[in-house]
Amino acid sequence: MQSAVDTFQGDGPDREFQNYLGRGEFRLQQCQACNEFIFYPRVLCPHCGGFDLQWRLVSGDGVVYSTTVVRRREEKGGPYNVAIIELAEGPRMMSRVEGIAADKVAIGSAVKARIATESDPQGERHIVLFDLAEAGSSGVTNAGGGAG
Amino acid sequence: MANSLRGSAAIVGVGHAGMGEAAGGRNALDILGDSAQVALAEAGLTIRDVDGLFTGSSFHFMPTLSTAEYLGIQPSYFDGSMIGGASFVNYLSSAALALEAGLCNVALICYGSNQRTSVGGLATMSEQQPYEVPYAPRYPISSYALATARHMYEYGTTREQLAEVAVAARRWAQLNPDAFEQADTSVEEVLASRMISDPLTVRDCCLVTDGGGAIVMVRAERVDDFEKPPIYLLGGSSATRHRQITSMPDLTETAAVESGQRAYEIAGVGPKDVDVLGLYDAFTINPILFLEDLGFCAKGEGGAFVAEGRIAPGGELPVNTNGGGLSCCHPGMYGIFPVIEVVRQLRGEAGERQVNGADIGLAHGNGGVLSAQVTAILGTAATL
Repeated sequence: MQSAVDTFQGDGPDREFQNYLGRGEFRLQQCQACNEFIFYPRVLCPHCGGFDLQWRLVSGDGVVYSTTVVRRREEKGGPYNVAIIELAEGPRMMSRVEGIAADKVAIGSAVKARIATESDPQGERHIVLFDLAEAGSSGVTNAGGGAG
Repeated sequence: MANSLRGSAAIVGVGHAGMGEAAGGRNALDILGDSAQVALAEAGLTIRDVDGLFTGSSFHFMPTLSTAEYLGIQPSYFDGSMIGGASFVNYLSSAALALEAGLCNVALICYGSNQRTSVGGLATMSEQQPYEVPYAPRYPISSYALATARHMYEYGTTREQLAEVAVAARRWAQLNPDAFEQADTSVEEVLASRMISDPLTVRDCCLVTDGGGAIVMVRAERVDDFEKPPIYLLGGSSATRHRQITSMPDLTETAAVESGQRAYEIAGVGPKDVDVLGLYDAFTINPILFLEDLGFCAKGEGGAFVAEGRIAPGGELPVNTNGGGLSCCHPGMYGIFPVIEVVRQLRGEAGERQVNGADIGLAHGNGGVLSAQVTAILGTAATL
């Protein structure tokens, strides 16, 4: 019998997701048993329990499922958007819609993903942001496009 | 076949303390202890009689151990399952099961928090969600705001309707001398108050207070030994669909659908039989969602349902008669308080805010970001 020490090697799901973003690729795991895409990254499919997950490039297309404005005071940087984006492949993720006033982000609006890189005390972190699809974003293949 | 949980255990003592601002630097366990003293006195018991302990805390990582040590007891059964503010409604079922199995004889469900006078804000041990952190939502309000925005989008729910929930809570609070907020308010005032996370203003949010509560439960066969009229647990159930808001399958429908159905089934009653409700109102959207999901109105109609004072004093459906988390108290985890208030209503001792002839009450707990839903149905001896 193969030991667990030998089996569960290599980067875990969170690190793999970051690795792909760092290369300019927005990939999600797809279950090879039920074909559902999943987010957030994990080691099994929450839809069917399957363990065979493959990282697939996704379109970056999405729709604003819900949105709010966090009313941060002006002296601390002002209000900002927090949204839940429903991706064309199915999963939802939290993000922020940029290039539009925070309170103008509307449920149902078509959006396009963009990868951004930010620094925080733990180091560099790649994140997925969204712009209105009409804004002509070239999509997810531009590595490190724009700071968060 | 009747479920063996139905009516197997009864509440024979309740108490609360430190609501609003606790006096004299009392800490969370002091407030819990004060509450336990009141509940045990009602039951004619002492702390030495307690052999089942059910508690959760935002201040103690191992709440049952810290509480047992503080109280000086060595319980034979304890449960500190942490599902946020809903935990304390969940403990009703676990206490009833432990009592029925003979694992304990006197169950004390208890809670205390001094968050207002110590932290000055929400005390929580909730971990941050790694895939939310980069976008800096305010926890937990932004999650509730996102659910509210979706409900408004799908069903046309309005900010005025949300404000009606806050106004109804305040009007009940004005009939409860122990409620923290007593000032007059109006829909207009709620609408004009400071926006925190759209569409929720500060007045759409629960209070930040201190407070504690305690409940004493025993097996039904013993109720004649106690002075207070026994209030029976007729049914209870817990449900979850998610932990973080992005994993909630439908932002307009909570797992109260499941917890409610299962609790009604055990109790053998339905929404039409319920005389008084305590719904965990961390935000004004909560009672709207729960009234829908627990079958008091159709999905999407909760906003219209709460309008025109229907859940306020004098309305046809009394909800949160203590003033709720919005106006009575919210020490961080509110779940024990709707249970205590429903018990007082069913005993007929709610004073100015008494609902006449209340025999069946529903207490509903919520935890996390609409993540845990727990429904308990309580009844007087007449409902057995």
